[in-house]
Amino acid sequence: MSITKEDVERMSILARLELSEDEQSLFAEQLSEISRIIDSLAEVDTEDMDEMIFPSELGNVFREDTVLPSADPEEALSNAPDREDRFFKVPRILEVD
Amino acid sequence: MVREAAEDRRGTPLRLNELKAHELLPMIRRKEVSVEEVVAAILHRISAIDSKIRAYITVAGEEALKKAKEADARLAGGEPARPLEGLPVAIKDNICTQGLRTTAASRFLEGFTPFYDATVVERLKDKGAIIIGKTNLDEFAMGSSTENSAMFPTRNPWDLKRVPGGSSGGSAASVIAGEAVCALGSDTGGSIRQPASFCGIVGLKPSYGLVSRYGLIGYASSMDHIGPMTRDVRDCALILGAIAGYDSKDSQSYPGELPDYTECLVPDIKGMKVGVPKEYLDEGLSGTVRDAFMKALDKLEELGAKVVEVSMPSLKHSLAAYYVISSAEASSNLARFDGVRYGYRATGSDDSMTMMAMSRGEGFGPEVKRRIVLGTYVLSAENYDKYFGEALRVRSLVTRDFREVFEVCDCLVGPTSPTVAFEAGEKTRDPLEMYLSDVYTVPPNLAGIPGVSIPCGFDEEGMPIGLQIMARQYNEEALLRAAYAFEQATEFHKRNPEIEKYTKEPAGGEMSV
Amino acid sequence: MFEPVIGIEVHVQLKTESKLFCPCSTRFDAPPNSNTCPVCLGLPGALPVLNKKAIEYGIKTSLALNCRVTESSRFDRKNYFYPDLSKNYQITQNAFPIGADGYIDVVVDGTERRVRIKRVHLEEDAGKSVHEGGTITGAAYSLEDYNRAGVPLLEIVSEPDIRSPKEAYEYLLMLRRILLYLGVSDCKMEEGSLRCDVNISIRPKGSDKFGTQVELKNLNSFRAVERSLEYEVRRQSDVVANGGEVVRETRHWDEASQVTVSMRLKERAEDYRYFPEPDLPKLKIEKAWVEEVKTTLPELPGARRMRFISDYELPQYDAALLTDTRELADYFEAAVREYDGSAKTVSNWIMGELLRLMNATGTEIGEVKVSPGDLADMLKMIDKGTISGKIAKTVFEEMFAEGKSPEVIVKEKGLVQIADEDELLRIVDQVIGENQEVADEIKAGKDKAIGFLVGQVMKLTRGRANPKMVNELLRQRLSQ
Repeated sequence: MSITKEDVERMSILARLELSEDEQSLFAEQLSEISRIIDSLAEVDTEDMDEMIFPSELGNVFREDTVLPSADPEEALSNAPDREDRFFKVPRILEVD
Repeated sequence: MVREAAEDRRGTPLRLNELKAHELLPMIRRKEVSVEEVVAAILHRISAIDSKIRAYITVAGEEALKKAKEADARLAGGEPARPLEGLPVAIKDNICTQGLRTTAASRFLEGFTPFYDATVVERLKDKGAIIIGKTNLDEFAMGSSTENSAMFPTRNPWDLKRVPGGSSGGSAASVIAGEAVCALGSDTGGSIRQPASFCGIVGLKPSYGLVSRYGLIGYASSMDHIGPMTRDVRDCALILGAIAGYDSKDSQSYPGELPDYTECLVPDIKGMKVGVPKEYLDEGLSGTVRDAFMKALDKLEELGAKVVEVSMPSLKHSLAAYYVISSAEASSNLARFDGVRYGYRATGSDDSMTMMAMSRGEGFGPEVKRRIVLGTYVLSAENYDKYFGEALRVRSLVTRDFREVFEVCDCLVGPTSPTVAFEAGEKTRDPLEMYLSDVYTVPPNLAGIPGVSIPCGFDEEGMPIGLQIMARQYNEEALLRAAYAFEQATEFHKRNPEIEKYTKEPAGGEMSV
Repeated sequence: MFEPVIGIEVHVQLKTESKLFCPCSTRFDAPPNSNTCPVCLGLPGALPVLNKKAIEYGIKTSLALNCRVTESSRFDRKNYFYPDLSKNYQITQNAFPIGADGYIDVVVDGTERRVRIKRVHLEEDAGKSVHEGGTITGAAYSLEDYNRAGVPLLEIVSEPDIRSPKEAYEYLLMLRRILLYLGVSDCKMEEGSLRCDVNISIRPKGSDKFGTQVELKNLNSFRAVERSLEYEVRRQSDVVANGGEVVRETRHWDEASQVTVSMRLKERAEDYRYFPEPDLPKLKIEKAWVEEVKTTLPELPGARRMRFISDYELPQYDAALLTDTRELADYFEAAVREYDGSAKTVSNWIMGELLRLMNATGTEIGEVKVSPGDLADMLKMIDKGTISGKIAKTVFEEMFAEGKSPEVIVKEKGLVQIADEDELLRIVDQVIGENQEVADEIKAGKDKAIGFLVGQVMKLTRGRANPKMVNELLRQRLSQ
């Protein structure tokens, strides 16, 4: 797996992560290094193995459809970087690019 | 220099750097010492040495003293002591504490104060424990040395030039330095066990789902665990018992009935089959660590255990699988940090999408960003099956290998880390080198089985070496029994760092009773 | 020349009390951010716990839509960033939807057509953005309300089997009807509890290849769906007829100008990086559970309509109208049971009078004050001759307005029909006496004029005379 600067840039857009040009280059280099371990995965024979999503045999974990008290709106907003009345305020949302 | 634990506490100084919960709690119950005195002593200790060690991000001194006074009043009024009444506990700063800043050692959450407690914190508080403060970690638990903290690095109390391990470095340091009696850490790839090994304490990663994850800032959902970090195995069992058990707020919570873990502490392992995966001895294991480990195996045999060599060929792929899965899950779990509802919001942009990207770019450190990029990469459509799907299949393999060896062994052992604590800055230049130090601890996270690290030796420079014991899922009993037997037959857990080397305060944090 | 190929994607909010992954209330129209908690706000450390009722509703709906219920199901994460998405991923079902490969039958212009259902799956709703200035374009900022975040949604995707805008309309009507019968959703587009997106392409009639798809959004009513599709068929046909190619894009329906408008082209397809949700254990929906849910299924609209036709010998039209809602169908059957006369009579009254009054006053069937029993009683009174059919209409209006029983109203207003022969004879004689010329005309053979005399009797008796008897008695007298 070789990860290019363009790959890093594409990923940073998907992950909404602003990276400087330098960071993009550095990460590409470092991740390509790290990918040397990851590439070893291809050597493993996993023909008859299932994908194991989590280390547990649990299934069908539910709760009943009962309403419990919600947080106080002031609590919910207590860490809001910006707010207006009881809303979270964000800068304008542009259409999808 | 080894300090002896005092035989009789009555009228003798409380040695904070040696004090165990199971010694302190009866003293509090018998009113030989007040909770306020204990907490004050801990806080005093912190103010004396933490400027050097930097285990804490936030010390909740005022609140702790307030709670201490309340506890004393309750006891004075004749109310029975709760199971952990007055116990000073440090909480890793990626575990939410109501009303107390929780930063995950990240610039992004520097100003974040949750209005809710993690379930483990709630349980500790309900049992009377006193939260002393929040300890340092690698940012968002990503790291193995606590050097990735956006706040400052924590130092190893045994040698200030070295790291305490990570990511629960602050918790480990606080316990061995007497800045807390017990601590909670989190472990996704070894973050409780490795710092426990580097700092010479006991660190337990429980079975997956045994301890609720509600309130633990998520890193890799399928491998995150909260566990105790303590001075000895008995304390470990005590804290585990206090926090483990079903929680309806965590869908992965284990619903089964749990034993009293302190009752498993029988120092008898005669006939116990102890497996040593030969793959653990293949890696870049340092000479001193290997020696200490081999001696530990001898000790186990001396105690009547039967040590057998086993093979788990899939182990050598664990690290790769771990990094793919954990980065992938992390890239998704950390997406919520966008500056909209809480956390760091960058200025200088007038549209939401740019604001989010800038906030994350400025608020996250390089290791976090690197893992998000890697995680996004392995989950992208064209790469999914090759990396993520493959890693999930390797995970099945590792789990199967564990299941097979546990059919012939009661527990497995190995070194916790290939090396002792390294020097600060030694591995930060190359992330890959840092990742390799997780090689022994990662497999239990993949399989969800429990693992504990206990002290098993020291190198020529006096740095602690850890022994890792693993058992079948939900079989913490075998784990604790083996750990206890080894501990009680050795003296490693009684040794302490010479704190007075770098502070004028007496190492014992003497406090007359 | 061209035939439209249409597929519809519907999202319905499920009528559970609490949200899909947390116990916050789903109540509509609550003050902003008052139905939130760490889970639906996406706060650090919060974890989802699945609402069992939502799964039941999912199973129920899958069965009603003739889908195969997936035995081994699970949830996945759909990763993308948006301010109304509290975790910047949506927990949904990508790989293993709860239901698949079903169908519903729709009647279009008298012909029955089958539309296949590709999949039915559960997912959580996002919060709501309120944009400064009202619309997203040109807004300086937006305000986020997470009350809606985490509300359970069922996504129902059809195969592109729909062949006309009208069929699309009928499909939506039938789908909504089924969902309302099941009681799993309010299906109110105006409240956002039902949303739909459609995609349409065209191809030469008879071809089996698929043309370029266009997605239509901002459809706020079923009529808007129909009209926007009509517009698109014309627009796409024009493009192709003029030698052009239809562009694959998303278009926005402008209700005011009744046209679709191109939205900015997406430059790159968003990669949602779906992966299995690690915080939620797998779902095993065993046959026993499915069978249990099956027993709670009501008779569905299609089946009920057929049964009304066969059991009550009603025409297609009546049956369709009466089974439009479960409540109306229940009402009809209750009235028929009480009446034990002709079902058609009951049907006529409901279709004619009840629905008329309901529409005029904007009353829902659930709020109607006339009980099925009262309607039945009134019909019995007509049969017995206590009141005439004409008087009954007045009585019914009163019943509808006041909720009183027909007996009470007839008594209060003195509307009992006069059927006493002696009394009627007296009045008949009076009318004949007052209208000698007409009487003579009738005797002379102008039979039709008897209507006038009947009218006069009815006038005198304020409509209460039994018209049949009046007719007979007049003839009797006039032939003497």
